[in-house]
Amino acid sequence: MQKGSSDIQVTVSGEDSINITLPQVINSGNTSVCIKTLRKTFSSFKEISSISVDFSRMESFNDFGVIVYMEIEKAANTHGALLNFYNIPEFVNNYLDLINYSEFSKNVKAVFTKKNPKFLLRLGENSIKLVKDFRDMSVFVGEIFICFFYLLFRPGRLRRNDLITYMYQVGVDAVPIVGLISFLLGLIIAFMSSFQLQQFGANVYVASLVSLAMVKELGPIMTCIIVAGRSGSAFAAEIGSMKISEEVDALTTMGFDTILFLVMPKMLAALFVVPFLVLFSDIFGILGGLTVGVGMLNLTVEGFVNQMVSDLKIFDFLLGFIKGGLFALLISWIGCFRGFQTSGGASQVGESTTSAVVSGIFLIILADSLLAVILQYWS
Amino acid sequence: MTKEPIVSVRDLSIGFEDFIVQQSIDFNVYSGEILAILGGSGSGKSTLLKSMLGLNEPIKGDILIDGDSIVKAREHDQIYKRILSKIGVTYQGIAFLGSLSIAENVALPYEEHTDLSREEISTLVCIKLGLVNLCGFEYYLPSEISGGMKKRAAIARALALDPNILFLDEPSAGLDPVISAEIDNLLSRINRELNISMVIISHELSSIFRIADRIIMLDNQGNGILDQGSPSSLAKDSPHDYVKRFLNG
Repeated sequence: MQKGSSDIQVTVSGEDSINITLPQVINSGNTSVCIKTLRKTFSSFKEISSISVDFSRMESFNDFGVIVYMEIEKAANTHGALLNFYNIPEFVNNYLDLINYSEFSKNVKAVFTKKNPKFLLRLGENSIKLVKDFRDMSVFVGEIFICFFYLLFRPGRLRRNDLITYMYQVGVDAVPIVGLISFLLGLIIAFMSSFQLQQFGANVYVASLVSLAMVKELGPIMTCIIVAGRSGSAFAAEIGSMKISEEVDALTTMGFDTILFLVMPKMLAALFVVPFLVLFSDIFGILGGLTVGVGMLNLTVEGFVNQMVSDLKIFDFLLGFIKGGLFALLISWIGCFRGFQTSGGASQVGESTTSAVVSGIFLIILADSLLAVILQYWS
Repeated sequence: MTKEPIVSVRDLSIGFEDFIVQQSIDFNVYSGEILAILGGSGSGKSTLLKSMLGLNEPIKGDILIDGDSIVKAREHDQIYKRILSKIGVTYQGIAFLGSLSIAENVALPYEEHTDLSREEISTLVCIKLGLVNLCGFEYYLPSEISGGMKKRAAIARALALDPNILFLDEPSAGLDPVISAEIDNLLSRINRELNISMVIISHELSSIFRIADRIIMLDNQGNGILDQGSPSSLAKDSPHDYVKRFLNG
């Protein structure tokens, strides 16, 4: 006799006849042990002439009982054994009738295996999706332009309270993190460059390096990457959640222009405050450089500032300001667009949010590269 | 029907911090019974359901499910899990994970509460989906099937661990009368053939009259149970005018 905690009893009579007594209940707790016991028993026999199953102890029967029943039936088929059931209670037959067992047992399928579309099919689907995505983006840009010109003539239609709320969220709330990251960035640039510059006695050029790097490139880029992570994602999540809970549909059917209502306050808020964030970033980055210059390289504050002023032009600050505005428009545009693209459930909101951040950062770098090339030829 | 309580709610007060929604709620749910909890909007039906599931801590009182206090079990993970394996729940908003297929959603309780192989879980999922007539929709995402199908899939998931009791929050709300009747028939069949007790929160009177053995009407003023009895007797003979008006439309 083989015993298991499942309380299923298996005995062998003769050389190749197996008698199975099923337990009182087969449930989520003992099914696995029952199946393992049966498999172990069946695998230890090369030939089985008959399997007898006794249901006399059974008090209730459910799906877990069905899979044990199927296991026995499968073994009998594999070994060509005669299968006998004894003392089958009525409730077992009723349950097997309920689930239409005879049909069901022929049609069991692996529910976890999804059919993967073929490579070419996937390529085609993704290409079509890409084209649709580009078309939708163009339409969205067009709608925003129309709305922008509409607002030029009727500025009273802009939701000013929303504008101020978003300006606070995008701008004021971001000041601490932008300030800290920019300060540390300035500190790192100054610290790393000081090792090289010290060798040539050119300590004072740390001021030029930090200020030019921060004001012309790193200030706008770092600030806007932070804004993409904070606000671009927030815009996508907000509009995405509104989309799946049918709030956007409700606004549309109430006659609202969703671009005017949901998108313009966000885009204009970002446009107004991000350039100032860039300015903050420049100042904090330079302060980081100044800290290393004065603390480690024995520069005076006056010497550092003089060197910085001699290298920086007003145009450099202005360029950072313009970049900040341009990147802000791109971040808020893609954030809102991804939000409107959301459909389905909660997981799609997550996807839209991720996509808004990734696309936002990509657009920032792309626009910065284009600007660099344009300015190179222009100057 | 044997008079053996499977759920006992004893002197229960529910609410939020210092705001009491309902107090002195006392009732039993008996084995094999379908009990409907009714009440006006804001009478605390959903809060009561959440308390019965151990999701909300009641202000006072106790709830026993198959002899175990779910109120005390909230602090003991093992006992709470043991109680949860005896109950199945469907939610008004379905609460399926959108990124998983229907079959994968139904498979979730098996993955958490059993150590069965994927092949065995597949078989169990097929049985459950067959029981609610959803064979052939295994690979569909929740967003790709209709409202009625979602409700049936939710029942399949709630039945996964062969529970003794089902809690259903608005099982046929938002469905057309034909589909709603199909859901009611399905629930009746499950109750009759699998001997599963049910607690239903609903506003759908036609459904209540079709399937409920007993109704509990909550008092809108928060004084517990206003009246209880079979749907037809309450609609005809309730001493409370509000109950009669509520049930007679």
